[in-house]
Amino acid sequence: MRFNTSRKSSVMRDILNELDRWRDAGKRVALARVVDIEGSGPREAGAAMAVNEDGEVVGSVSGGCVEGAVVSEALAILNGDTESRVVTFGYSDDEAFAVGLTCGGIIHLFIQPLEW
Amino acid sequence: MSVFSSLATNIRRNVPVALATVIEGPHCGANMIVRPTTDATNPFIIEGTLGHSELDRVVARDAGGELEAGRNGVRHYGPEGQSTPEDLVDTATVKVFIESFSPPPRMWIFGAVDFTAALARVAKVLGYHVTVCDAREIFATRRRFPMADDVIVTWPTPMFTEHGAQLGPRDAVCILTHDPKFDVPAIIGALNTPVGYIGVMGSRKTHAKRLERLAEAGVTDAADLERLMSPIGLDLGSRTPEETAISICAEIIARRTGRVAQSLRATSGPIH
Repeated sequence: MRFNTSRKSSVMRDILNELDRWRDAGKRVALARVVDIEGSGPREAGAAMAVNEDGEVVGSVSGGCVEGAVVSEALAILNGDTESRVVTFGYSDDEAFAVGLTCGGIIHLFIQPLEW
Repeated sequence: MSVFSSLATNIRRNVPVALATVIEGPHCGANMIVRPTTDATNPFIIEGTLGHSELDRVVARDAGGELEAGRNGVRHYGPEGQSTPEDLVDTATVKVFIESFSPPPRMWIFGAVDFTAALARVAKVLGYHVTVCDAREIFATRRRFPMADDVIVTWPTPMFTEHGAQLGPRDAVCILTHDPKFDVPAIIGALNTPVGYIGVMGSRKTHAKRLERLAEAGVTDAADLERLMSPIGLDLGSRTPEETAISICAEIIARRTGRVAQSLRATSGPIH
């Protein structure tokens, strides 16, 4: 008998413990979540990562393709340089977000400060 | 308690909860969490706001649906909760990302028959985690059911003994085998779980004979027999496997919402 359960785990759930530690340490934190995928995206909507004010990261949203750029965006939001917003990475982008996904998909993330 | 603290608490307690976030438009970055209740007059507990009470109400309703299906997605509204295309002309658009924190509902389909692939496909559209189960190894193959999440070669009794605890009120068991060796133990197994929907395929005549065999197996309790939806599906006049799949899934939705399925034109009152 075969039983391959393809468990769909909530990625937000996976980062809760680290978020608690950061909150207890008084860190400011930005949350980035995949809200939409076009084409062959690496993760489903709901994939989440978080960045604290020191640039520490928990979670992942793309298997490594865009995490660096997400950290820059998250720190910009924590520094008050930009507001919460949707950022898009992928093939069809303008030069503004010239970070490609190796799979050729387009990934839309919403990045916001986490207010506890 | 803040919205995110409350969200974390609910997630840890495995309480189904949805997070709605405005990702574009007025009040960008606003968050609201939604928990369904069993109280029909007050169907949702809401914490936080997206900036307008009517928008909150409409999003909470949609979040309830997404939560049932275990789905995430972006929806578009007007700033005061408008959701029909006519109402969205000439108004700012609020894009809301709804994230569900609940496992997808499960559908177990017994019998690797012609109707199975069509039902599995429609169930996937509705967000189900679909498991196809049949004891015949040559029929229950991945190749025949690539859309299913799991294809399992086993008999109903061990299937329910080993995995029946996974099933709850949001889940469905559809028994399409037409074979008493298979469908009687599948029905008995399903009745021993709190699964929300049990549908059994077969004509009225087949069902009458099946009831006799169930009685021989000791299943005579009226409350048990009342749970069996057989013949399976809504009376849509379906003929093809695909049409039948729609009729089965429509019945599952109607049972969940407690509606008598008929054309909206023939009814009055709120649509949702």
